[in-house]
Amino acid sequence: MKWRRIKAIVVKESLQIVRDPRSLMIVLLIPLLQMFMLGYGVNLDVQHIPLCVHDREGSQASQGLLHQFAASPYFSLQAPMGSDAEIRKSLDSGRCNLAIVIPAGFSKGLADNGGGSVQALLDATDSNTANIAANYARSVVAAYSAGVQMEFIRNRGGTVQTLTPVDMQARVWFNEDLVSRNFIVPGIVALVMAIVGAQLTSLTIAREWERGTMELLISTPVQPMELMIGKLLPYFLVGMVDASICLALAVFWFEVPFRGTLTALFLTTGLFLTVVLCIGYYVSVAIRSQVGASQVALLLTMLPTTLLSGFTFPIDQMPPAVQAVTYIVSARYYVTIIKALFLKGSAWTALLAPILCLALYALVMVFFASRAFRKTLD
Amino acid sequence: MADSSPMQIVVDGLVKRFGAFTALDGISFGVAHGEIMGFLGPNGAGKSTLIRILCGLLRPSAGRALVAGIDVAGDPEAVRRRIGYMSQKFSLYGDLSVVENLRFFGGIYGVSEAEMPERLRFAVDMAGLTGREDALVATLAGGWKQRLALGAAILHRPAILFLDEPTSGVDPGSRRRFWNLIHALSEEGVSILVSTHYMDEAEYCHRIALINRGRLVALGTPLELKQHSLGGELLALEGERIGEAIAPLARAPGVRDVAMFGNALHVLVDQAALRLPALLALLAGSGIADGRGRRIDPSLEDSFVHLVAAKLPPTEVAS
Ligand SMILES: Nc1ncnc2c1ncn2[C@@H]1O[C@H](COP(=O)(O)OP(=O)(O)OP(=O)(O)O)[C@@H](O)[C@H]1O
Ligand SMILES: [Mg+2]
Repeated sequence: MKWRRIKAIVVKESLQIVRDPRSLMIVLLIPLLQMFMLGYGVNLDVQHIPLCVHDREGSQASQGLLHQFAASPYFSLQAPMGSDAEIRKSLDSGRCNLAIVIPAGFSKGLADNGGGSVQALLDATDSNTANIAANYARSVVAAYSAGVQMEFIRNRGGTVQTLTPVDMQARVWFNEDLVSRNFIVPGIVALVMAIVGAQLTSLTIAREWERGTMELLISTPVQPMELMIGKLLPYFLVGMVDASICLALAVFWFEVPFRGTLTALFLTTGLFLTVVLCIGYYVSVAIRSQVGASQVALLLTMLPTTLLSGFTFPIDQMPPAVQAVTYIVSARYYVTIIKALFLKGSAWTALLAPILCLALYALVMVFFASRAFRKTLD
Repeated sequence: MADSSPMQIVVDGLVKRFGAFTALDGISFGVAHGEIMGFLGPNGAGKSTLIRILCGLLRPSAGRALVAGIDVAGDPEAVRRRIGYMSQKFSLYGDLSVVENLRFFGGIYGVSEAEMPERLRFAVDMAGLTGREDALVATLAGGWKQRLALGAAILHRPAILFLDEPTSGVDPGSRRRFWNLIHALSEEGVSILVSTHYMDEAEYCHRIALINRGRLVALGTPLELKQHSLGGELLALEGERIGEAIAPLARAPGVRDVAMFGNALHVLVDQAALRLPALLALLAGSGIADGRGRRIDPSLEDSFVHLVAAKLPPTEVAS
C-alpha cells in the first residue's frame, strides 16, 4: 500500500466533491432537512393545542377550571361538547388533541375535601405532542387545585396535608407508549447519519463505471485497498461535518440534554460513520449503476435503522427471533450509545460493550469493503 | 518469470470466450522493442478484447500472453506497472482540469514528487495544452483530449503502450500530430500496440495485424501485406454499370478475385499485362461500352478486403 497513491485519490475525490457544488449543498442540506422533518414529526408546535371540553356539571367550580385552560397559552379552547360521543368524534377527526371531561359530582368533591377528579383524553398518534399536552394539562389542573385548597383552608382551617388535591386522570388513546422527544432525537441523528453516510459513498465507484473512467483506473497499479481508503477519507470528512450539524441541532435546537463527553460522542460517531460509508461503498462496487446503488444503499440503511435499532420500537419488546436479528444492525449499537450519552451521561466503562461491538463492526466492514473491488472487467 | 525473448509482447494461442461466443480465437504474434504494431479490423473484430487481455483487464480463456516478459494472467499487477493504456472510450475526468488529471495519474502510477513537475510539463507540452493547464478537461476538443490521454498514459515512462483507437473521431490534422507523437515514442524504444479503423493510419505502423472475427488474418509490414498477401497483381476497371460485370469477370481465366471499390472494380489476376486485353474485351461483350482499365499498386484496403473475404464462408463471398 502506497500513501502517495492514496493521496492522489484523496485529492482527486475532494476536487470532484467541491467541483459539484449542487451535490455538496445537497449533502450538507439533506441532514439539516431530515433533522427538522423528523424532529418536528415527533415535536409539533406545542402551543395552542386544540382542546375540547365536556362539562357534565356546568357549575361555577367547573367553569372556573375551564377558564384556567382557556387562559393558558398552551391550549386553544374549542366549542364545548355536549356528549362523550361528540368528544370521541372530534378526537378521531383531529379537531382536538386533548379533551377534558369534568364529571357531574365535581363541585361536591371540592366542597367535601377540596379534592376531585377530572378526566383527560389524549390523541397520542403523535406521542410527543400528547406527552407534552398531558403535562401542560396536569400543570393547569394542579394550579387550579392549589387555588381551591388555599381557599378551603382559609375558609375552614386545616392543613394542606389533610386534603386530597384535584387530580387528573389521563387516558391515552391511539398510542399507548409515550416516547419523549429527548428519547427520539438522538435516534434521529443515527438515522440521518446512516442514510446520508451510505448515500455519500454509494455513488463513488458506480460513477466511475458509468462515466467509463473505471477501465483506465483498473489498468493502473492502484490497489483495491488504496482505492477504498482514498475514496472514503474525503467522505468521512463530509460525513463528520454532517454528523456535527445533526448533533448540534439535537443539542441547541431540539434542546435535548447532553450529559456525556464529546470525545466519546465523536469517537463512536466516527465508528458508525465508517460502517455506513463502507456499506455505501460496498453497494457501489457491487451495483455498477448510480441510481441502483443509491436505492439499494437507502434500503440497506434506512429500514434496519428505523425498524431494528431500537430507535422507534424498543428492542426488548420485540419477539426473540427479531431481537436476534438486531445484533447485526450496526445502528443498534450506535443508538444505544448515543442515547446513553445524551440522556444518562454514561461513563465509557458502562458503554464498553456496545462501543466494542461497533468498533468490531467497523473493522469487519472495512475488511469486506477493501476486498470487494476486483480489478477486472470480466 | 522473465522471458529471454527479445519481444516485449508475446501472444501465444490466445482465446477469449464470452459465454458461448468466441471473441478471440487462437491469436499469436509478437511485438519487439520500439515496434509499432497496428491492429486493423472491422467493428467487433476483437481488437479491444485483445488489448484488454494484454492490460490484465480480462482473463484469457486459453493461451498465454507475456507482456514485458511477464505472464499477464499470472501477475497482472507487475504488468500494470510497466504499461500505459488509452482505452477506446475517453476516460480522463472531465470535471478535473488538465494538470489535476495529470497529477492524479502521475500519483497513481507512482511518479516521484521530484520528477512530477518535469513530467507534467512534458505531458502538457506534448498535448499542446501549454497555457491551458487549468482548463477543465470536459471543455477540450477531441484532438486535445486524445493527446492529453496519451500524455497521462506515458507520465511514468512505460516501456509498452496500448492505444485502443486513439484517433477515432479526431480531425485529420490532429491525427497526423498524434502519429508523430507515437513515432517519437517508438524511437525512444517504447513498444506500441495501436488499434485503428483507418486504413491510411495502418500505413504508419511498422507492422500490421489484420484481425477479423477474432482471428488473425494476416501479419506483416504494410508493404509485405500489400505485395504478398494478394498473391497476384491488381487491375482497376471502370465503366458504366460496371457492377454488372462482376460475375462474368470472376469466371474469366486468370482472375482470382473481384471486388467493388467505389465506382471501380478491383480485379486480382495472376499477370496484369497478360490479362488486361481479354478482360476489356469481356467488358465490351457484357454491354459495357466505355470500359477502361489499368494496372494499380494495391492499397492496404485491397489486401484487407481480399484477406478478410478469403476467410469467409463461400456463400458470403458470393453475396
Ligand atoms: N464483456 C463482453 N461480453 C460479451 N461479449 C463481448 C464483451 N466484450 C466484447 N464482446 C464481444 O466481443 C466481440 C469483440 O469486441 P471488441 O470490443 O473486442 O471488438 P473491437 O474490434 O474492439 O470493435 P470496435 O472496432 O467496435 O471497437 C464483439 O462481438 C463484442 O460484442
Ligand atoms: Mg474496440
